[in-house]
Amino acid sequence: MQAIETVTVGSGGAASITFSSIPDTYTDLMIVVSSRSTVSGVNDALDLLPNGASGNNSLRYLRGDGSSVQSGSETTNLVSYTPGATTTSDTFGNASIYITNYTSTSSKSISTDGVGENNATSVRSAIIATLHSGTTAFTSLELSLRNGNFVEHSTATLYGILAGSDGSTTVT
Amino acid sequence: MANEISTKIVINCSTGVREVLELTQAEIDEREAMRIESEKAQAAQDKAQKATAAKKLSGRNKLLALGLTEAEVTALVG
Repeated sequence: MQAIETVTVGSGGAASITFSSIPDTYTDLMIVVSSRSTVSGVNDALDLLPNGASGNNSLRYLRGDGSSVQSGSETTNLVSYTPGATTTSDTFGNASIYITNYTSTSSKSISTDGVGENNATSVRSAIIATLHSGTTAFTSLELSLRNGNFVEHSTATLYGILAGSDGSTTVT
Repeated sequence: MANEISTKIVINCSTGVREVLELTQAEIDEREAMRIESEKAQAAQDKAQKATAAKKLSGRNKLLALGLTEAEVTALVG
């Protein structure tokens, strides 16, 4: 597992973070995100747009927010939830997003594990499994908040994961 | 919301070059479309959950009306 690039959002925030021209030399990819949204609320949806495009997704989620647990399905690009402006000041949520076989020209799976942060009883955490049915290899990945902007100091790191030298992942 | 969205960060993973770019109108429109779709999905989920909760309460009340105790109903349906 090797860090490819890290982005830290500067002053003024940003609507999205894009990793472009991703090398095709890895087996899988993983993005680790620490983020907070400007949205006026507790949660903002964090989307992942492969090659900058929405669509081709079928996902199942399991989430909880301190008072209830929900499960369901969507066809959006949702990968996690990010705490908004009404959560405890200066707290950031985090998520890890795992993308398998990103150079494949057939369907790919994306699995995420994310949590918000709030010194109160209400903020979402979620695990999400996505089937991306697009047949284009991923050469760029865009992280985008659906209702707000990333605040300053939000970070995202893209990692590349290589299969074992025998052509398969080696577990010891 | 559209007025808040102004820039995006793009980092080229092959060269390491980082750019801060203004969003195009097409990108702003795409974000708005995704937000609307999300709101619709959330509304549908909320409606389904309310319907399920109402059915659960109705079923619970019917069991109580049959003479089961609260503890018995809870043991049966949680």
